[in-house]
Amino acid sequence: MSINVKIQPVETGQTIEEAGLAISVKGLSKTYRNGVQALAGVSFNVRRGEIFGLLGPNGAGKSTTVRILATLTQPDSGQAVIAGHDVSREPDQVRQQFGYVAQTSGVDKYGTGRENLTLQAQLQRVPARQIPDRVAELLVWVGLTEAADRLVNTYSGGMKRRLDLAMGLVHEPGVLFLDEPTTGLDPETRAALWQDLARLRQERHLTVLLTTHYLEEADHLCDRLAIIDHGQVVVEGTPNELKAQIQGDTVMLEINGSTEPVAALLRPFAGVLEVIPNGTAVLARVTQGATAVPVLLKALEQAGIKVQAVTLSRPSLDDVYLHHTGHHFAANGTAALESNMTDNKA
Amino acid sequence: MITFLADTFHLLQRHIRTTLRIPIWIAVTLIQPIIWLTLFGQLFRRVVELPGFEASSYIQFLTPGVVIMTAFFGAAWSGMGLLEDLNEGVIDRLLATPIHRGALMAARVLHAALTVSIQAGIILLFGLVLGARLPGGLLALPVIVLLAALLGAGFSAISNGLALLTRREETLIAVINFFGMPLTFLSSAFIAAELMPGWIRFIAQGNPVNWAIIAARDAMQGQAWAEVWLYTALLALFVLVASSLATYTFQIYRRAI
Repeated sequence: MSINVKIQPVETGQTIEEAGLAISVKGLSKTYRNGVQALAGVSFNVRRGEIFGLLGPNGAGKSTTVRILATLTQPDSGQAVIAGHDVSREPDQVRQQFGYVAQTSGVDKYGTGRENLTLQAQLQRVPARQIPDRVAELLVWVGLTEAADRLVNTYSGGMKRRLDLAMGLVHEPGVLFLDEPTTGLDPETRAALWQDLARLRQERHLTVLLTTHYLEEADHLCDRLAIIDHGQVVVEGTPNELKAQIQGDTVMLEINGSTEPVAALLRPFAGVLEVIPNGTAVLARVTQGATAVPVLLKALEQAGIKVQAVTLSRPSLDDVYLHHTGHHFAANGTAALESNMTDNKA
Repeated sequence: MITFLADTFHLLQRHIRTTLRIPIWIAVTLIQPIIWLTLFGQLFRRVVELPGFEASSYIQFLTPGVVIMTAFFGAAWSGMGLLEDLNEGVIDRLLATPIHRGALMAARVLHAALTVSIQAGIILLFGLVLGARLPGGLLALPVIVLLAALLGAGFSAISNGLALLTRREETLIAVINFFGMPLTFLSSAFIAAELMPGWIRFIAQGNPVNWAIIAARDAMQGQAWAEVWLYTALLALFVLVASSLATYTFQIYRRAI
C-alpha cells in the first residue's frame, strides 16, 4: 500500500484559501507625497475567523495599512490579498469581500439609521427583496430599533459607532476592518462595544482586522496581534505567546526596613533572574512566579524579615512592546517621538 | 450599466432626501436672484433705450440672465457638499463599496441639475410677474429650465472635481470666488453683446455661462431656435466632458490620500 501525495499547481488565490488565510499582507510600503513614510514593508497574515489586531501608537502606520486593504489608497510596493483577490489588481472583487468601519464614522447625519443601512445595503448590491429584513435584523442586533427612524444627528457617540458596525455588516462580508473602533468612546461604551465584537465572532464567524492603540483592548479582544512601529511589524503572535516570550514574572515584595540586604539575600536563588531594590519594595524578576513566591517568602521568614505585601505580575503587553521596540508604549505617540529624537542626537 | 444606473439612483435619492429635509435652503438661494430682478430691473430700466438693445424691457432682458446666473452660482457651490461628506468620512465609506465611481459623480450632478431646475422655474415665474413676456410661446419655459439644468450640471461637476482635488474648503471658496464673478460679467447677463467691448465679446464666446444666457434669451424672445439648439448641444457636451473629468479626480484622490 502506498500513499500517493499529489501536489497540484494552484492559483495564488487558492493557495491562500487552502492555507486558511483571510488576509495576506507582504512588504507593503507607502510614502506620502509630503515625504512622510507611513509604511516601510509591513507583512502579516490573518487567519480565517480570527480577530487580528494591529497595535501601535498613532502614526505607526495602522490606518494606512487598513486604507490600503480597503482599496482606498494604493501602496508604493508590496502585495495584499483578501480572500484570494489582490487589492491592487482586483479592487472591484476585493470590495465585495469586506466591510469597513473607518476611524471617522462615515454615516450620513441627515439620514435616519434605517435609511443609512438601507442605502449601504443597496450600494453593497444586497438583493432588494432581502434589504428590509436584513436592515431590521441588524438594527435589533445593535440595539438601535427604537432609534431607527430618528436622524443620526440625534444619536450619541456610542449609538453612532454601533450604527457604523451595522453598516459594515449589512452585506454579510467575510472580513471586517475596524479602524480604531473605540477611540473617543467613554469607558462604558467601549466595554459595550467589546461585547458586541465578542458576540460578532461567536455568532457570525467572520474575520476581523482591527487597529487600536489601546494595549488592554488588543489583549482583551484579539486572538492574535501584530505590533506595528514606525511603519513595520515588529512582532506577531497571540497575546499570550508574545507575553511568554518575555522571560519571567515580576514579584514585588514590600518590606519594612532596608531593602538592600534583602536583595542580596534573594539574588543567589535558582530561578531568580534579577533583583532590584526599589524604595520600600524589592522587585524580583523570576522565571516562574508561582513556584518562586513560596521559596522566596520562606527564605525571608527564616532570615526574620517581615514582608508587608507580595504582588505577582505576569508580563504585560507593555513589557512586550518595550522589549521589541525599545521604548514604552504611549498611545499618543510621544514615546516614539522621544526615541526618534534621541536617535537623531546619537 | 444597470448597476451604474441603480447606484446613481440610490445615491440621488439620498441627496434629494437631504434637500427635502432642509427645504429652507432652496428658499434662501432664491432670495438673491429675486433681489437682482427687482432691484436691477428698476435700476437699469432705461438701459434698453440704448441703441443695440433688442429687448422691449430690461426685465425681459434680465430674467433669462438671472435664471442662468443663479444656476451657475448654485451649482458652483455644490462641491461644498462633497467636502462635507469627505470630512465626515462618507466618501471613504462609499469608495470602499463596489459602486461605480461615475455614479458618485452622476448622482451629485443630477441633484444639482434638479435643484437648479426648480429654482429656474420659480425665478422665471417671478420674472413674468414683474413684467417679462413670452412672445415665442410657452415652449420657452421648459427650454430655459433645460438650459439652466445643463449649465448647472456642468459646473456642479467642475465644482465637485475641484473639491476632491483641493480637499479644503478655503481653497474651494477661493477658486469659486476667483472665477465666479468674471464668468458672469464676461457674458451678456446684464448688457447686450452688441454693447460689450470687443475683447469681452471674444472671451464670452467661449464661456458656457454666456452660451446658456444667449440661448435662454433667444428662447424667451421666441427667436433663432437654431442657435438655441446649437448652444443646448454645446452645453450637453460641456456636461459630458466636465463629468468625465470630475469622475477621474477620484483616481487622483486615491493616489493622493
